Amino acid sequence: MAQTVVHKANTRGVADHGWLKSYQSFSFAGYYNPDRINFGALRVLNDDIVTGGMGFGEHPHDNMEIISIPLEGELQHKDSMGNVATIKAGEIQVMSAGTGIYHSEYNSDPNQPAKFLQIWLFPNQRNVTPRYDQIVLDKTNKRNEFSQILSPDATDDGVWIYQNAWFNLAKFDQNTSKSYEFHQKSNGLYIFVLQGKILVSGQTLEARDGFGIWDTDSVEIKATADAEFLLMEVPMEF
Amino acid sequence: MEIIEILIVGTNQPIMETIERLINKDGIWKATIAFSEDEALAYLTEREFKMVLLCAGLSEELLLKDQLLHLKPNLPIVKHYGGGSGLLFAEIHQVLGAT
Repeated sequence: MAQTVVHKANTRGVADHGWLKSYQSFSFAGYYNPDRINFGALRVLNDDIVTGGMGFGEHPHDNMEIISIPLEGELQHKDSMGNVATIKAGEIQVMSAGTGIYHSEYNSDPNQPAKFLQIWLFPNQRNVTPRYDQIVLDKTNKRNEFSQILSPDATDDGVWIYQNAWFNLAKFDQNTSKSYEFHQKSNGLYIFVLQGKILVSGQTLEARDGFGIWDTDSVEIKATADAEFLLMEVPMEF
Repeated sequence: MEIIEILIVGTNQPIMETIERLINKDGIWKATIAFSEDEALAYLTEREFKMVLLCAGLSEELLLKDQLLHLKPNLPIVKHYGGGSGLLFAEIHQVLGAT
């Protein structure tokens, strides 16, 4: 029988550093909640807002798959592998931090905040050689279907990571209903609503709510208002 | 006030120094860095630690964990993920809160 967990938007940890406001679905940095550590291999889901002209100075990462999805504005990325890039809304960035990498991220537009999701997954291999990738997502603005943006397979749609995970973005018109089929039954699905309202397993979810479901192989999702949401299918055991 | 000693083991020097600084910042925890498996075993032979964090770059993590547990059977040994402050404090709190 399917098991579920609901994380309402207003139950997230909040860190306000002035230049950065971060809403944290799982324990991160100074936010510690022993009941909110991870959802399977999904360990970090931070909903960040960076003031114009500010950003994260050079800092390290290792042994995590780090995915950034800008929602508004853009970030300048520089890392110790020599990658220099701008990532903006409509794109996705991944770093397999592996044995270690340093990077910085800045919002170079002084007039606009940069809003983005920073998502970390436990990798299925530790100490890999660090790597970086960035792609533009499908610009056809498909509606009422799941658009894959991440998978374990370098030949598949979206970016790839060292983990048996699949991410999809979806924009549904009101009253659209579709079933998401799991790639692996042992995986769980974490849904994060970006905007609008959806109904999943009898639970109504609104903007910035999170919902996890596992011990099932499919889940029906209905938009009860126009909605945009992120689906993250991840291993529950890793 | 007892200062809690934490052994951190990993090969990436800049990251290890970052983790050491983060752990030490409030004066409640104290980190000791071991840059190799042999160094970690030597430290554990000489001193008492409350927990061990296995960080990036170790080629034989499982073997090291077995060796450390052979020396100190009840010692909490945790794989550190992230390389910085994001996950570090939760990893430590999860152990220290449970012991």
